[in-house]
Amino acid sequence: MENTDIVKENKWLKYKEKGIEGFFFLNGILAVFILLGIFFLLIREGYPTFKEVSIVEFLTSTRWNPTSYSQSGYGIVSMVVSTLAVTIGSLLFSVPVGIAAAAYLAEIAGRKEREILKPVIEILASIPSVVIGFLGIVLVGPAIARFFNISNGLNVINGSILLGIMAIPTIVSISEDAISSVPDKYKQASLALGTNRWHTLIKVTIPAALSGITAAVMLGMGRAIGETMAVLMATGNATAFPKGIFTSIRTLTATIAIELGEVPYNTTHYHSLFAIGAVLFMMTFLVNLVSDIVLHKYGEGE
Amino acid sequence: MKSFNKRGLFALITVILVGILLVGCGSQGGDDTHIELRGSDTMVNLGQNLAEAYMERQDEVTLSVTGGGSGTGIAAMIDNRVDIANSSRAMRDSEIEQANDNGVDPFEIVIAMDGLAVFVNENVGVEKLTIDQVGAIFRGDITNWSELGGSDGEINMYGRQSNSGTYVYFRDNVVKEDFSDEVRQMNGTAQIIEGVRNDSFAIGYGGIGYTVDQNNHVVSGLNVLSMAADEDSKYVNPLDSKNVESGKYPIARPLYNYTDGNPEGAQLDYINFALSEEGQQVGVQTGFYPVSPEFREFNQRQLGN
Repeated sequence: MENTDIVKENKWLKYKEKGIEGFFFLNGILAVFILLGIFFLLIREGYPTFKEVSIVEFLTSTRWNPTSYSQSGYGIVSMVVSTLAVTIGSLLFSVPVGIAAAAYLAEIAGRKEREILKPVIEILASIPSVVIGFLGIVLVGPAIARFFNISNGLNVINGSILLGIMAIPTIVSISEDAISSVPDKYKQASLALGTNRWHTLIKVTIPAALSGITAAVMLGMGRAIGETMAVLMATGNATAFPKGIFTSIRTLTATIAIELGEVPYNTTHYHSLFAIGAVLFMMTFLVNLVSDIVLHKYGEGE
Repeated sequence: MKSFNKRGLFALITVILVGILLVGCGSQGGDDTHIELRGSDTMVNLGQNLAEAYMERQDEVTLSVTGGGSGTGIAAMIDNRVDIANSSRAMRDSEIEQANDNGVDPFEIVIAMDGLAVFVNENVGVEKLTIDQVGAIFRGDITNWSELGGSDGEINMYGRQSNSGTYVYFRDNVVKEDFSDEVRQMNGTAQIIEGVRNDSFAIGYGGIGYTVDQNNHVVSGLNVLSMAADEDSKYVNPLDSKNVESGKYPIARPLYNYTDGNPEGAQLDYINFALSEEGQQVGVQTGFYPVSPEFREFNQRQLGN
């Protein structure tokens, strides 16, 4: 009697085990489904654009004016270049600052400094982008205008600075983890060979942590490409091809955000915004892919 | 004991969920005394002040007013997602067709008039322009203020985004072609004002109400231009409200409300209030102008009295 009870119990446990396993598997694979779902939605909704607009025009024309008075234009080149310009600009500013801050936190700062600095940097990550954008209008913009002696500060530099500020916490936090996890032996060996701390940091610790730092930079870059609100508010949103770092630009994300609210359903304009979404998706996908390849290469090299 | 607890928990959750469902249903049924207005950013303040005044008079009907741009309001009207659409431009024929396809029959009424001000930074040194000159600036044909007798500096243009009724009205009536792609597209008229104030070679456009503060003083740093229909006409300034009311100021436009079908009940009552002497006065206090005689007649025809 008791024996069969135990057997039953065991069977029940087995099923339970299986059930739980299945549940976690589903959760794990859910992200894949969502990703594929989004991609197919973008392709399906974006594809009809090319019944009206040639794909060559879409990818090579610099004129974007779907609601034109006379002839609509559906070229995304200006916006792609604009997006890349602010992204690269933000990295020029956030990567050196971010890595230096991470190195300081991991290698030089005492416990007390670290305990204060780390949470503060993490709080920086939680500032809503609309607040950052607001600062771009009232603080960074006028400052840029005064500093460069130009008439206004709604331009590429403004967007780059704001995006840089937003990318810094990601870069610092992940780079710091990477630098901290470099084995002490490496540093001790270097110091034993007679180098000083600076040399050890630059020539041994940071190169050893490079894969993690690369991942940090790529994640920061992904954030910068996809960021919408701050650039929408601070870059001026002129659809012209960017002529320099002092011109107003409009990014891919800002275009979708501005135009999707008003666009009549199922028109070429509507579909073209999804096509832009697909382009954006592929850009971030490419960034992630490259970072993955880089990580792998370094992983194998070790 | 254990399983009993679990069952108890299930029962409790069920009771809570059913409760939420019932409450949810209860508040949905038979509620037609809430009117939702959406659309034109230009009209948000006007709509809110009208709604406040209206709600003070009675307490059966509540109103909520949100912006987003005329295009947003019209899109919501087409999809039947809003009771009244605010729009600073008339609905296009194609939009009315789309609405009809969705079983919506847009009904048009003019609730106020708006003068569009063209303003520059005070450093520009230009006081008056013709419509043609402003159009040429925004087309990108005139690029330096010195060409217009102002200080030597490249013109920076500030405008609205394409979902704005102001954008469409200004393009169709002043620019008469596409805007130059160098125009900075700002999120709202308040941002245009902010941009022009901070940019010493800037020009922008927007509702006159936005260019003055509560005490009817022009926002500091701005210079509201006098305009003329052409070189032979008289230049008039929109800050003098008589110029706009009399129709002398060349860029004045009607502001519309759209409902689905002839307004009835609470909606009709609200629209009648907006058109009443008191409602029109609310508009004047917000920086707009009473409905012109021409559109007053139109309203009467529409409402059938």
